[in-house]
Parts: sequence; structure tokens; C-alpha cells
Amino acid sequence: MSLMINIVSGALILVGLTFFLAAAVGIVRFPDFYTRMHAAGKGDTLSTILILLGVALYTVGDFSIETLLVAIKIMAIAVFIMVTSPTSTHALMQAGYDDGIKPFEKEKEDKKDSEDQPEV
Amino acid sequence: MKHGISSHQGLLGDAVQKQWPPRPMYRFLIFILILANWLIFSGLFGAFHIGLGILCAGIVTFVSSDLMFEDRSKSIAERMQEISRLPSYLVWLLWQIVLANVYLLKLALSPGGLEEVSPRIVRFNTKLKSDFARFVLAQSITLTPGTVTVKIVGDEFYVHAISKAAADGLDGAMEGWIAHVYEPEVKAKPA
Amino acid sequence: MELFFTLAGVGLFALMLPILYRLIVGPTAIDRIVAVNIIGTKTAVSLVIVGVIFEQVGMFVDFALAYALLNFIGSLAAARYFHRVRQEREANTNNASTT
Repeated sequence: MSLMINIVSGALILVGLTFFLAAAVGIVRFPDFYTRMHAAGKGDTLSTILILLGVALYTVGDFSIETLLVAIKIMAIAVFIMVTSPTSTHALMQAGYDDGIKPFEKEKEDKKDSEDQPEV
Repeated sequence: MKHGISSHQGLLGDAVQKQWPPRPMYRFLIFILILANWLIFSGLFGAFHIGLGILCAGIVTFVSSDLMFEDRSKSIAERMQEISRLPSYLVWLLWQIVLANVYLLKLALSPGGLEEVSPRIVRFNTKLKSDFARFVLAQSITLTPGTVTVKIVGDEFYVHAISKAAADGLDGAMEGWIAHVYEPEVKAKPA
Repeated sequence: MELFFTLAGVGLFALMLPILYRLIVGPTAIDRIVAVNIIGTKTAVSLVIVGVIFEQVGMFVDFALAYALLNFIGSLAAARYFHRVRQEREANTNNASTT
């Protein structure tokens, strides 16, 4: 039973780290501010939730009232981050938009549209 | 920004003017919620600590209970209905978050992923009335695949979509869900 | 299992380095704020992991909660600050153009 819980929590942490890797690569690689915000807002949230879920599961592995309370606190952090991370993303996004940062647009876009239009 | 400030003041001002004193039932509910938080976070169940918790929760409720549940015209039965409808929405939202991250993983890590990136800003009008329902909608848009809410001006949402597919995925399904949970009278139909 | 958590913490730290790159290079100020926000969130997570390694989770969870709170308020304040700066600048240019 204990081994089972350890394996599941380890798997959750590894999946969380994978999603965080995606967020980190996206933040370095994406072309402009807005697309970087996509990586920041989403990858950050889910990876945090998964890693904290894994840790909470591991903590509750040797069960007692104290570890249960600690696990609830860890999940409270996860819920808190799930609510606040999109809020701060939104605030920063609005600040950037009102600051007049130009969105990245593909030069190819016109060509692609003109290719699409004959079909329509 | 201007809109944000004015609507915020209007929101608090209305709540204070219309329902003063606030309904005692809501005050009691807020007190219970704060006390439950105290008990979980302190983790100490001696008489002294619980007494301290009751004192603190009472002070916080007295000072700032009008910041929570600002719309107090709803009855407790309606609140219960909201709470009973919330879990299915949350499960759906969590699944959307997972999809969003898989999509992000694909875009960021595959070598041709950047080819698909062609950002655009989409605007649409919402049918939701209350500020809280709009807040939930904005959060949900930010967490679902390929879209982030940029700003809200009046009824209009500015949404940044990372690709054409993501922009097309912005139909009324989510708005329908939120209307179903918080504002059953709106009945926004999924497009 | 303790080794696993140590490695997970090291991995988390290693993945902060690309974000640190964005913090240093980032063309706009808001890019840097985003980077700081993400590093802050991950610091809260790694505080919890450190707590598990030292078998003091109950204590470190409170630190992590306080850190997440401060991080959120900090990034929100920074966003608001930059918002306001731009509005003032616009007002100044409008005044300059009219007078």
C-alpha cells in the first residue's frame, strides 16, 4: 500500500515537472510577450497543482490527523495558486496590452489567408 | 482601468447602501467559513487556541464581512443550488486545463510547433451580468487551451488566442456552463 | 524516496534557469515581471519539497503559503504600477499636445 502511494505520488511529480519543462521552454522560445504569457499562465498552474498533489499524497501516506491536516494545507496552496495565477496573468496581460506592446503577427499570415480564400 | 475602478466602487457602494445592515445569515456563514479556515491552518485544538480563533474570526467578520458574497439578494437555497452545480463544472475545467497543457507541450517541444503559432485577438460580448460570474469566465478562458483573457471593457471580452484552432474553439460552451451554475435565468445557449 | 525528492527539487531548480534567462534578457519590463512571478510560484513549491526532505512539512507549508501570497500581491502591484505609469504618460502627452 505504501509502495503504491509512493509510486503514484512520484509519477504525479514527474508529470508536473514535464509540464513545467514545457512552460520553461515555451517562455524561452515563443516569439512575443503575449504567447509567452500563454506558457506562463497555463504551464505554471497545472505543474504546480500536480507537484503539490504528489507531495500531499506522499505526506498522507503514513496516516494520522496531523499528516491529514498538512495535506489539506498543501492542497490549499494548490487551490490558492490555481485562483491567483490566472488573475496575475490577466493583470500583466492587460498592463502589456494597454502599454501598447505590439502583438506578434506572421508575415505568412496574408499568404495563408489568400491561399485559403479561393476555397471558401 | 477606469472601468475597473468605477465598477468596483459601484459594486461595494451598492452592496453597502442597499443591504445595510447585511443579512445576519450571511454574517454567520462567513464567520463559520473563517473559523473553519482558522482550525485547519492552526491545527491546534486546545481550548485556548479555539477561543483565540473564535475571537479573531469574530473581529474579521465584524470588520469586513461585506467583502464576501456581495450579492445578498440571493437566498440560501439558491446558493445551495450553485454549490451543488459547481463540482461538475470544476471537473470539466480541470480536464480543460490538462488539455491546455498538452497543447502547450506540443507547441513548445515539437520542432514544428512554432509553425502553428499565429496569434490573434478575438472580441466577443458576454451575456453574464454579475461580476463574479464574469470573473469565473475570465479565469476559465485563461485556463483553457490556447486562449488568455486580456481585458474586459463593459460587456466586451478581449481574448488573445495563440492559433486559429484555439480561436475557433472559443464558442459559447463555457459561458453556457457558467450561466448554468451562477445565473440560471440567463440561459446562454452553447453555440 | 528521499533521494527522489532531492532529485525533484534539483530538477525544479534546473528548470528555473531558462526562466532566469528570460528575466535577464526579457525585452520589456512586463516580461521580467512574468519571469519573477513564475520563479516565485516555483519557489513556493520547492519550499514544500524542502520540507518533505527535512521531514518538517508542517512547518514549511506555512512558509510556502505566505510566500505564494506575497508573490501574488507583488506581481499584482507591479502590474498595476506599470499600468498607471502609462496612463500618466498619455495624459502628459495629451496635455503637451493641447498646450
